[in-house]
Formats: sequence, structure tokens, C-alpha cells
Amino acid sequence: MKLLQLPPAELRRQLAGPGVWLRTGPFSVRVRSHVPHVAEGLTQLYGQFEVRSPHEAFADFHVSVDRPRGLRRWLRPQVNFAVDGVPPFKPLPLDQAFPMLEWGLNWCVSTRAHQYLIIHAGVVEKNGRAAILPAPPGSGKSTLTAALMLSGWRLLSDELTLIDRRTGLVQPLPRPVSLKNQSIDIIRAFSPDAFVNRESRDTVKGTVAHLRPLRDSVRRQHEPARPGWVIFPRWQAGAAARLTPRSKAQTFMFLAENAFNYSHLGADGFRVGSALIDQTACYDFEYGILDEAVAQFERLAAEGSA
Amino acid sequence: MNAPDLLSRTLRAPDAARALSMGEWDLLLRQAHHAGLTSRLYHILRQAGCDEAIPAPARWHFEAADTLAARQQVAVRWEIAQVKKALGTAGIPLLLLKGAAYVAAGLPAAQGRLFNDLDILVPREALDAAESALMLAGWHATGLSAYDQRYYRRWMHEIPPLQHVQRATVIDVHHAILPDTARSRPDPARLRAQAVAVPGLPGVRVLCATDRILHSAAHLFHDGELPHGLRDLSDLDLLLRDAAREADFWPRLVARAGELELGRSLFHALRYVRHFLATPVPASVDVALARFAPARPVQALLDAVFTRALAPMHPSCEDRLTPAARLAAYVRAHWLRMPPRLLLPHLLHKAFLGEDAREAKAA
Repeated sequence: MKLLQLPPAELRRQLAGPGVWLRTGPFSVRVRSHVPHVAEGLTQLYGQFEVRSPHEAFADFHVSVDRPRGLRRWLRPQVNFAVDGVPPFKPLPLDQAFPMLEWGLNWCVSTRAHQYLIIHAGVVEKNGRAAILPAPPGSGKSTLTAALMLSGWRLLSDELTLIDRRTGLVQPLPRPVSLKNQSIDIIRAFSPDAFVNRESRDTVKGTVAHLRPLRDSVRRQHEPARPGWVIFPRWQAGAAARLTPRSKAQTFMFLAENAFNYSHLGADGFRVGSALIDQTACYDFEYGILDEAVAQFERLAAEGSA
Repeated sequence: MNAPDLLSRTLRAPDAARALSMGEWDLLLRQAHHAGLTSRLYHILRQAGCDEAIPAPARWHFEAADTLAARQQVAVRWEIAQVKKALGTAGIPLLLLKGAAYVAAGLPAAQGRLFNDLDILVPREALDAAESALMLAGWHATGLSAYDQRYYRRWMHEIPPLQHVQRATVIDVHHAILPDTARSRPDPARLRAQAVAVPGLPGVRVLCATDRILHSAAHLFHDGELPHGLRDLSDLDLLLRDAAREADFWPRLVARAGELELGRSLFHALRYVRHFLATPVPASVDVALARFAPARPVQALLDAVFTRALAPMHPSCEDRLTPAARLAAYVRAHWLRMPPRLLLPHLLHKAFLGEDAREAKAA
């Protein structure tokens, strides 16, 4: 059953009681929360995701987003994210409850799921091949990931590229795409299909909102993809879209440094990382206009399948 | 207890894993994660041939924890080599304690163990030289308050933790296994005298089998906070089962406990390791340790405290009395560590300066 089939009152009842059981990619999550923005965010952004009975026996992560007790709750209301009762972060202002759930879920995956090499990168797929988009914050990685999804690419993840250590394939983890600051309006203007939820202001990342993943990406969340490209996007005002080949050795080093768990995997991290680099084409990609960027990616995908 | 302590139950009888429902696997994993015992549990399940009972949705949790633990062991071996090199420049021999010793000596207690820091024992007169040598190699005192610095240096059996500037690894340098102010004062010279070389690692020594166990027992009941109580008990269980394969082990253990003034710690350790993990202990040991048993009402109180304080730190294993039991264990540990004229001001300082000092693992 899909989350959108749950009546809103039932969703709120589950969130406040036993928790909503939902599946994202290979993981099951039980979410509890009394915060209205969390219920609203789930309704708006997770409609296509599988939910089961709140009494489903097993979940990978048991998380909650709730207001801490104490006097503060009347002065400057805050919210806490907790994994099975233990909060890994300091509380945030109540207005940031939904982004905090998203960040918290990313934290759960990146600190536990060592069956994958976890790279900090967006990743999208077309014609069976995945384009991995690692880049420092502010480079336009999420904006480009969002635009590609809205242009017919399948969203695998906007933050966490999961490389299955056994198969070397990219395991999808489609979730709402996090958009920051100007990206929010850029994506709204880019596509009429885009649904972006309410903005949370003054977060550590500035203003943040989330883009709903398209139905096809969620429906195919169990279908892995073969890595095809590693592309480092860089948005530059007025720049023409330009792909430049990039050294594989440097790309490897960057991925190793920007993987969440490369050092935890020991020699196997090196094996998985180098197998990934061996089978992908590596590029730097500069762009100024999203439509041009998407067109360039289309040519790449067409070349590959020709 | 409002829900079963599935973790202890499965650790002591891994066969029971075959009968667990999906909901029980969910709870077992959560308890294991909070107790830092997921990889240890995986090892024990594998050793008992019960790992095929792990249902598919739960399996990755065990494998991922195992990946982490295996990697930590490699890292610990590497750190041991670095510490040995650093101390070698000052001519100080390396004597490893606790987890690092289990790894170096290849003991079953190393299996699936997670690490926070690396513990070493040096003679008190070599303390300054050891600290300087480690500082030169990149390990520096961490940001403790002036109070905590003073507390460590004046009263404790170790200097403040040293953290490596690049790798962030932490070393605890001990000159004894209990504080100078504690009621029992095992003589570190006696411990060092019976330390044993590690085959295959020249220049590295560890405490002998009885002393490793007595140290672990003493640590458990003198350490104020018990976030890893069950993990420490599980170490002790594996150490005991391994050492007991030697014919005269138990009498030697009891005799050595007497020599080191650790009879009472051993008595308590055996009581709770049996309670939680059903470690086999011969009846003759009970007879020999009977003189260390507290009066019956005191024992009942201690049982009420430690059966709660040593249980997995998970809400499912807690009841109304758990917070009080943890507090009692904390106060009792301090009571054993220092005389009242020091204890009272110290606890008041901790109570009113709260969290920050506590987080720094001060006392």
C-alpha cells in the first residue's frame, strides 16, 4: 500500500502512536512524530512510497522527530531527531522539523549501511546507466539532479550514492530532493511537474525545501543501475555547457575523500572504488543554464546506448 | 523489566535465536546496537552455527557491524605499532591493557569488539617520559577543564586521555589499574612483573590471563558510568571461558585476586557474569570467594542495582528503578574510588557543573 492511500487522520494517528512504517530504497523506517509539519511533509512528498501496517514487526531504523520537554517549548520551540531514543544532533528550531527528518535519515544510512560504499553524490539513471554527480556543496549538484529527474532521468538519490559492495551496482535510495536558496525558485521555474514543499528558513544551509520524487523513480526503487559516468558539475553564471574529461586517479581520490565510509571498509573500499572508476567515464562539467545542461546529458546518454 | 532482555538471553544461549520472531529480531538488534554488541553477537551466533537463523531483512545490520569491527581491529594493530615506536624512542616498554591487549594476543574477547581508545600501563616514574614521547608522536591532552586536569593528575590512576592530532585516536595512559584513592590498591609492580610477551609482536606485552580478568572485573565495578556494562561483562565471559581451558586456572585466579586485593571485585564480577551470560564457574570458586560476599541485605540491594545498571542501555530493558540503579552504581563506584573527604566535593562539582565535564569522560 502507498502512503497516499492512508487517510490523513490515520497517518497522524500512526505517527503519534506506533509510528508509520515506510520503505525507502533498501531500508525500512519507522517514523514517529507529533509535529504537524512532519505529517504534512510525509503526505506531500512520500505519497508514492510503500507503507505497511504500523504493527509490521521489523524496521531498519526507528526514528522520531519531536519537541523536547521543558520550559523552552513555550519560548523558542525546538525539535529533536532521535534514533531509537538517542538524539545524534542538537535540537533545531521547530520550523525545521521536516528537513531534520531528512538529514536524520541520511545520517542513519551513512553511519550504518556499510554493505555499501556510500559516496556523497547525487545520482540519476538513463538507459540503464547511472550518472554519479559528486561535488562540494554550492556546486549545483542538487539543482542538476533535480532538473535531470524532471527531464526524464530516473532519480536514484540526491545525496547518498550507494555502491553495492557485492555487485558494484548503484542501489537506488530515492527520497525528496533537498533544494537550497535560489535553487528552490530555479526548479519551480524549470518544470511545471515540480512539487516543492514549504520552505524552512534560517537553517544551517540557508533556506531549504524539498522536491517530491517522481512516481517512476519511486516505483523502480528496487532496480539497481550500472555506473556509467562520474561527472563533477559546477554552475557558473553565463558559462556555456562544457564537458571536459577528467583524470581517473584524481576522481578516485576525490570519491574516497568524499565517501562517508571509505575508511571503514578497509581494502574492500579500495576494491569497490577502483572497480567503479574502471567502468565509468569521468568528466568535469561546467554549465550556466539548466536546459543546456540537460541537453548535454541527453547527448551523453544517447552516445552511450548507440 | 518490562520487555525481555533478548540480548543477554541470546548471548548466553545462541541456539534460542532459531526461535526468535521477526519482532524479536527487531528488538534484539536495537538492544545490541545500544549496547555496542552487534558485531559481538554476530560472532557468537556464527560460532554456535546459528547465523543462518538470521532473517534476510536483519542480516545486513550484522554484516555492516562486522565490517566496522574488522576494520577497527586493523586500525588498533596499526596504532599499537605506532605507540610502540613512540614509547621505544624513550626506552619505555609497551604494556597493553583491555581491548588492545585482547587484539594483540589474539584472544576470543577481541572478536567483534568495538574500540573507543587504546589503554596502556607504564610505571609511574616513567609517566612524564611516556607523555612527552607520545606528544612528540602527535598525541596531545584533550580539552578538559582545569578541574578535570587537576583531578586526573592528582587522584587518578591515569593521565587525561591523549588524542592524536591527525587520526583522532585516543590513548589512555595508566600507571595503575585503580585510582590512588581507591579502597583496594592492586600493586602495579606485581601486575607488570607477571605480564607476558605477545608471540609474533616483539616488544609488546599484555597482562597475564588471571590479571587481565581481574583488571576487567575491577574496572567494571569502579567505573562510575556503565554505558558498556554488558559489553564489559561479555568481554569478561569470553576471557573466563578461554582461560578456564587451563587446568589450574580457577585456583590461580582466586589466589591472585587475594594478592591484588581484588577478591571482592572478582566475587561481584562472577556473580553478574553468571547472571547475564551463564558463564560456567566451578562450585569450589564460590566456596573460596564466600568470605568476600557482603551481608545478605546488602547483597540483595547490590543485585537490585547491578541487574539493572548492567543490562543493555535500551528503553526496552529499563523499568521504574533503572535510573535510580544507574545513579546508585555511579555513586558506589566513586565511593570505592575515593575517601569521603574527596568524594563529596567531587560529586558536588560534577552535579553543578554538569554535562560538559561529564561528556569529557572525567569521572
